[in-house]
Amino acid sequence: MIGVHHYLILSVVLFALGVAGVLVRRNALILLMSIELMLNAANLAILAFARSMGDATGHGLALFVMVVAAAEAAVGLALVLAIFRHRQTVNVDEVRSLEG
Amino acid sequence: MWEAIFFWGFGGLAAALAVLVIAMKNPIHSAVALIGNMFCLAALFALLDAHFLAAIQVLVYAGAIMVLFMFVIMLLNLKAEELGRSRRTLAKGLGLVLLAWVAVRFLAEFKGEALALPAVTEDYGTIESIGRLIFGPQILPFEVASVLLLAAILGAVTIAKKRLW
Repeated sequence: MIGVHHYLILSVVLFALGVAGVLVRRNALILLMSIELMLNAANLAILAFARSMGDATGHGLALFVMVVAAAEAAVGLALVLAIFRHRQTVNVDEVRSLEG
Repeated sequence: MWEAIFFWGFGGLAAALAVLVIAMKNPIHSAVALIGNMFCLAALFALLDAHFLAAIQVLVYAGAIMVLFMFVIMLLNLKAEELGRSRRTLAKGLGLVLLAWVAVRFLAEFKGEALALPAVTEDYGTIESIGRLIFGPQILPFEVASVLLLAAILGAVTIAKKRLW
């Protein structure tokens, strides 16, 4: 039988994979994709809780998470494009002019 | 019965594709894996009776956001040497072993029966109920979200444009 625990554990696994991607990978595009992975995992947890409560109010929150993800992806990809145009790299370790 | 088959099928596939997203060297392969991951999550949303959000997941995530990613990846047209070499070090192996240990300990903490999901009303998760929600009590966040999207459009164009004037 599938309960809310199963969905929450899957959400934890997906979120942990997203965190691992951000920590391990240095390609800015894959970093952004890992962030999308984490936002999706959070959405899965929100919807699992909404389902276990039998209350659809959380669906509005999940919708706003998607809106924020879309805005974040658009601005993030524009930044990657601008950095690539100036520095010819997408490696985040090589973009360190602000590092003091 | 069917619920369990669909959950383990789509959940396992989602986790495997998430591993591929962070393991693939070429961003194109990662993006394709992420599209598959989002389709699996849409299936899980439908399994959770969130019908409207399952449709939006496919339309917005797999449709719009990932196409944006694909466009940027192909626009950058990275060479193989720019992607960097993959390194197989002791640290990676040790990290995987420790991760497996943490996962086993984490799953061992869960005891007892899984709580059954309660029955829901007929209109749970439909377009009508979500519409009543976001145009009723959540109207202010909805309007703020539209301002956020406008700001994101302007910001993205301003940042990505070569010369503004």
